[in-house]
Amino acid sequence: MQASSFDQFTGTETYIVSPDLRDTVNVAIALQRPLLVKGEPGTGKTLLAHNIARALGKPLLVWNIKSTTKAKDGLYVYDTVQRLNDARFGDGDVSDIKRYIRLGCLGQAFTADEQVVLLIDEIDKADIEFPNDLLNELDEMNFYILETDERIVAQQRPIVIITSNAEKELPDAFLRRCVFHYIAFPERDLMAEIVHVHHPRLEDDLLGQALERFYELRKVEALRKKPSTSELIDWLQALVAGGISAEQLATALPFLGVLLKKESDVEVMLKKGAADQRRLTRMGS
Amino acid sequence: MFLDFFYTLRRHKIPVALTEWRVLMQALSLGFAHSSLARFYTLARSLLVKDVGYYDAYDLAFKETFHGITTPEEILDEIVAWLQDPYTLEHLTPEQLALLQQFDLEALRELFAQRLREQKERHDRGNRMIGTGGTSPFGHNGKHSKGIRVGGEGGQHSAVQVAEERHYENYRRDRTLDIRQIQMALKKLRNLQRLGAEEELDLEETIDQTCRNGGEIELIFCPPRKNNAKVLLLMDAGGSMMPYTTLVEGLFSAAHKATHFKDFQYYYFHNCIYEQLYSDMRMNKKVSTSSLLHILDADYKVILVGDAYMAPEELIDPGGALYYYHHNDTPGMTWLHRIQEHFRVCIWLNPLPAGQWNRTTIHLVRQVFPMYELTLDGLERGIKQLARKVA
Repeated sequence: MQASSFDQFTGTETYIVSPDLRDTVNVAIALQRPLLVKGEPGTGKTLLAHNIARALGKPLLVWNIKSTTKAKDGLYVYDTVQRLNDARFGDGDVSDIKRYIRLGCLGQAFTADEQVVLLIDEIDKADIEFPNDLLNELDEMNFYILETDERIVAQQRPIVIITSNAEKELPDAFLRRCVFHYIAFPERDLMAEIVHVHHPRLEDDLLGQALERFYELRKVEALRKKPSTSELIDWLQALVAGGISAEQLATALPFLGVLLKKESDVEVMLKKGAADQRRLTRMGS
Repeated sequence: MFLDFFYTLRRHKIPVALTEWRVLMQALSLGFAHSSLARFYTLARSLLVKDVGYYDAYDLAFKETFHGITTPEEILDEIVAWLQDPYTLEHLTPEQLALLQQFDLEALRELFAQRLREQKERHDRGNRMIGTGGTSPFGHNGKHSKGIRVGGEGGQHSAVQVAEERHYENYRRDRTLDIRQIQMALKKLRNLQRLGAEEELDLEETIDQTCRNGGEIELIFCPPRKNNAKVLLLMDAGGSMMPYTTLVEGLFSAAHKATHFKDFQYYYFHNCIYEQLYSDMRMNKKVSTSSLLHILDADYKVILVGDAYMAPEELIDPGGALYYYHHNDTPGMTWLHRIQEHFRVCIWLNPLPAGQWNRTTIHLVRQVFPMYELTLDGLERGIKQLARKVA
């Protein structure tokens, strides 16, 4: 491997990465290890995989994990019900088990002709043992189909991106094999860049003021769900559409519902707003 | 010194495994961190630290190890020096040594030496580049976020500076906890078992049996899965616990909200447990401790919360109870023993930091119950103890 091949991923025109995330992605690709990404909701964990695929021009496979997902589902599923149905009602060739083996996302990633990006989204949703069940397959990049006595070996090791919301602890053995990155909430400067990608013609005054208010809002301890990047982008859209000026924004928080998605949070802010207003009037008088 | 980093990380309680260390060596030998210390900082963190809870400890360890170092070449020099000095390997256990040997030190040494030669050349050019513009060594796209990057001057100490800024201090795991974290920890107390009548269709088994049956449908039933965990929470509401009220309330409300226990009981006590427990915090409603021990089965998992810090006579002497209209004939210590003997597993959570646990009464209580700090870390370890399968 040459040093020059490290910097494969540099973000895309719509997805701004911080340099440390970019480096970590490239390390994971070069070392051929799964990249585990954690972080607050709305920091672009899932989007990262989409954009790695886009930047590298590789197909993306998404495996969404639910609480009922089993590790084996990602490898293959033996569709016994279909086979039973065929056996009873005489459709198709029941003797060929191969026809009833459906490859899961991992299986598809292994058998693909070209290298793919495989996103295992929200791995923490599954059972606690789930990651451990995948260890071997991710390590050796092959698995065995019992029913057909066949071994599926990866043509090319897929680039594996795993996201987690940290609801459950992941097992140590699993963690040791991953490259890990925690996406911190973007600092102001980085956020300005991210916003710029989505609203290239936004006035600097308005953006400055909006960011000011946005980060203020995130500091309010009483909020149960802090607004994230996607809410900020929607909010800016609303501000522009509503013709709100930077001056107006200094004294009021219009379209609060776009930023805060919980009713109780909106109430908190309205109360706080009223209290601030009273204090201002008192100071003025 | 390079190996020091490994031990410094371990000393800061980051669970770095030697396998991960090897991967870092591999990455370094491939030339990953060649352009800057900032890159080394990110690289080592992404390979060695797998939990944001340890990021702050990593920052501290990084600062401690590399505060004098300004360029990545110095680190590489250190690594080569380390690899050439067989004595440095003496700290390792035979197993660790075997692991390292697998890695082929000779080849690694070779690689590093080669890398270093390249570095030296590149370094010269690099210097010029840094000299003219003050741009960072890898700042080609100019997207500086405060997170990793390069301050105004020089560039290379940035990694240590960033470490010094300690961005992740709030994510530390040994900080005390919020309700959600407690809930997550308590979730591990689940004890799922298939209980009761066979009333749920076992689809998998039905299909399997039907197929084995050559297509004749065979219905299989099984009992539903139920959570069988029962929890008893005993909380100290004494005066010395006042500063920790919010914390204990947090634990209580998390346990109370947890829907996954088969049964959840809670009582309060005052400094120590005597004849009576109280079912309310103000201690108006009394419950006899011995009747409670009678009613509750041994399979309740018991969490005691308190500072266990009192006058020795409160614990040891009959009549030692501090609570003025209460006289106890049996010393508190005996009651603690009775609880410990009755239930299969108990833990004691103490809001005081472990450093203060050598005080007399805490020491005595610790001999009865395994004691853990009331922090995320302590709680998790305690819950692990509780969740143990006891025959």
